[in-house]
Amino acid sequence: MTTATLTLQAERLIARKKLVALAAPLLIAAYLIYVFFAFDVPGLRDRVSLDNMNTLLRDTYSYKTHVTQDNRNGEVSIAIEGERKGTYPQGDSPDWVKLGPATSVDLGDGHLITLGETVRYDIPGYGTVTARPGRSGVNAKLPPGAVPDWINASRNRIAITTDAGRLTITRNRTEVFRYFTGWELFFFTLDSPFHDLSLTQLIANGDYGGMWSDFWNNKMWRHADVAWALVETVLMAFLGTFGAAIIALPMGFLAARNFTPLGAARFAARRIFDFLRGVDGLIWTIVLSRAFGPGPLTGSLAIMLTDTGTFGKIFSEALENVDDKQIEGLTSTGAKPLQRYRFGVIPQITPILLSQVLYYLESNTRSATIIGAITGGGIGLLLTQAIITQKDWEEVTYYIVLIVLMVMIMDSLSGWLRRRLISGDAS
Amino acid sequence: MAETVQDIRTEYVAAMRQKRVLNMLLLVIFVALMVAGFATADARNAGGFWDGWRNVLDFPGDVIGEALSRAQLLPGYFLKYLPSLIETINIAAAATLLGAVLALFAALLATRGLAPLPWIVAPVRRVLDILRAVPEIVIALILIFLLGGGPVPAMIAICLHTIGALGKLFSEVNENASLKPVEGLASVGASWLQRMMLGVVPQVAPNYLSYALLRFEINIRASAILGFVGAGGIGYDLRNTMSWGQGKFDEAAAIFLLLFGAIVIVDQLSSHARNRLTHGKAYKDKGAIL
Repeated sequence: MTTATLTLQAERLIARKKLVALAAPLLIAAYLIYVFFAFDVPGLRDRVSLDNMNTLLRDTYSYKTHVTQDNRNGEVSIAIEGERKGTYPQGDSPDWVKLGPATSVDLGDGHLITLGETVRYDIPGYGTVTARPGRSGVNAKLPPGAVPDWINASRNRIAITTDAGRLTITRNRTEVFRYFTGWELFFFTLDSPFHDLSLTQLIANGDYGGMWSDFWNNKMWRHADVAWALVETVLMAFLGTFGAAIIALPMGFLAARNFTPLGAARFAARRIFDFLRGVDGLIWTIVLSRAFGPGPLTGSLAIMLTDTGTFGKIFSEALENVDDKQIEGLTSTGAKPLQRYRFGVIPQITPILLSQVLYYLESNTRSATIIGAITGGGIGLLLTQAIITQKDWEEVTYYIVLIVLMVMIMDSLSGWLRRRLISGDAS
Repeated sequence: MAETVQDIRTEYVAAMRQKRVLNMLLLVIFVALMVAGFATADARNAGGFWDGWRNVLDFPGDVIGEALSRAQLLPGYFLKYLPSLIETINIAAAATLLGAVLALFAALLATRGLAPLPWIVAPVRRVLDILRAVPEIVIALILIFLLGGGPVPAMIAICLHTIGALGKLFSEVNENASLKPVEGLASVGASWLQRMMLGVVPQVAPNYLSYALLRFEINIRASAILGFVGAGGIGYDLRNTMSWGQGKFDEAAAIFLLLFGAIVIVDQLSSHARNRLTHGKAYKDKGAIL
């Protein structure tokens, strides 16, 4: 080979590399442009719901208390988030609401609303709005001048939204919202004797058993159910992962070239693994939930089936890479086949298998959340339910925090076990 | 102290016995956990295992039966649902591409010795941990509420998760990269971006690509699942066709087959490409452990 041909070769190679270096980003850019239009990203602007975004953001860190007056009979009810579970008992009220013939609601910063046959709202810096809701409409009287855009008034309905809260009057109902920062009734609901005590008062009270039971059975946040849901999710991951490992181990031997000389058996085992992996976890979940109904068992079995395929492939490959020398050594001392497996093969593959299984335990905790959302079990179910109602975003936030914590704890646990069981043995 | 062979042997036997007892104990605890766990799961499930397992094949039987009785319609269904399948694959591909590019930068920032500012390593790692820990479905469901249904929420959700997962793997690869090219580039006055793009990325590109391909396989499955909860693509069609009493099980069967085929083909292609990337052209394909 002469220098000239070598130079030519090198030049051709460099030219090709240049082309690839240029073409790859261009192709990627072209693909992304195609996707941009295929997914109708430009049309997204019309679909984005800013109202929803506001509700969501506001709800995650604050809650509102509804004071509602039935305009036909004058009855007033006060409910946190408007839920039955958060309703104040008749005759009881928070200190910013004064019940009486004309109930007064203090929204803070000088915003004062008086309910009754005539509803008055004193808005600092604007004036007083009055209304006499009745059969003929809401009969609202606004201060003179142009109507500001935070007041939405018509014959049968008026809505006033200020920084302090919100007043809505219709012919039949008058409703006041006041917003508070925090998560409402997280520890105790209104029917618990502990709900308006401070931390020091609680410690002084001493009835810790009663406190725990009121907290644990909190009807608004259902702490007991949430704890169970978390346990169910971890249980799905645990049963699914280890169940799959137990099934996949003997089948892995069957699929390994050096342990199964019979080609047909090997082929069959491998195709079973491919099938289990290829039919996705989604499909297994659907099929199994038809037979077993929703719940943690269905989730466990779905994870087990999918992962049997994955583990089978990993295990059989690990077995094919086993070092023969140790087995030969054992054979030379007269070990029987079973002893050869026990002392020649198992010690070699245990670290690989264990580390893979523990790795999947963590990743399956996430899958279990997702499967729970599809089949109806565990924290995934609670999360989807809370999202579907589209109003309890503080609960959604709570569940998300719990899920992230759960996955992170499982991650550190699996990492700790891996270090303990695999490398820790030597030290 | 003179140790006789006898002493050593007794010590060894005692140590062995202790280890065996410990292993036995671990095994007993493990078996107890499995049994108790199974019993709990069984008790809390809507239908029990022992009643349900005989019905496992009922639903697949119905689907297959209906599909076989109208087998001549299957090719038509394949064509009908092909656009949905392409959408599912597009969601996965776009999310993997965007996620991999963002993960590349995140990984460079999360590697000690490569990050331009040393203090940035820890916060970037925490962000990656959180991105990885949030399941896609959580982000997708919230985004569906905000952006309406369709492929974009699913793509963003998968993309965020991909950044977290690939960012961690990439930064592990970076840790094994040689720093000599980086130092050489620094000595001739290259900027941080130039040092990374010319000094680090060429070393790690094959591993990066291989991980990204593996992620693509995972993301196709994720994209099908997200469709099932309302994010478009073939998962959505699957959910509509397999509800009871619609008589559309033949269409569901066609979708099952399409999805299965797509997953198997992508898995095969990607595992072939990954083998070539990590072992070079000459490597005989026998599947790599990842």
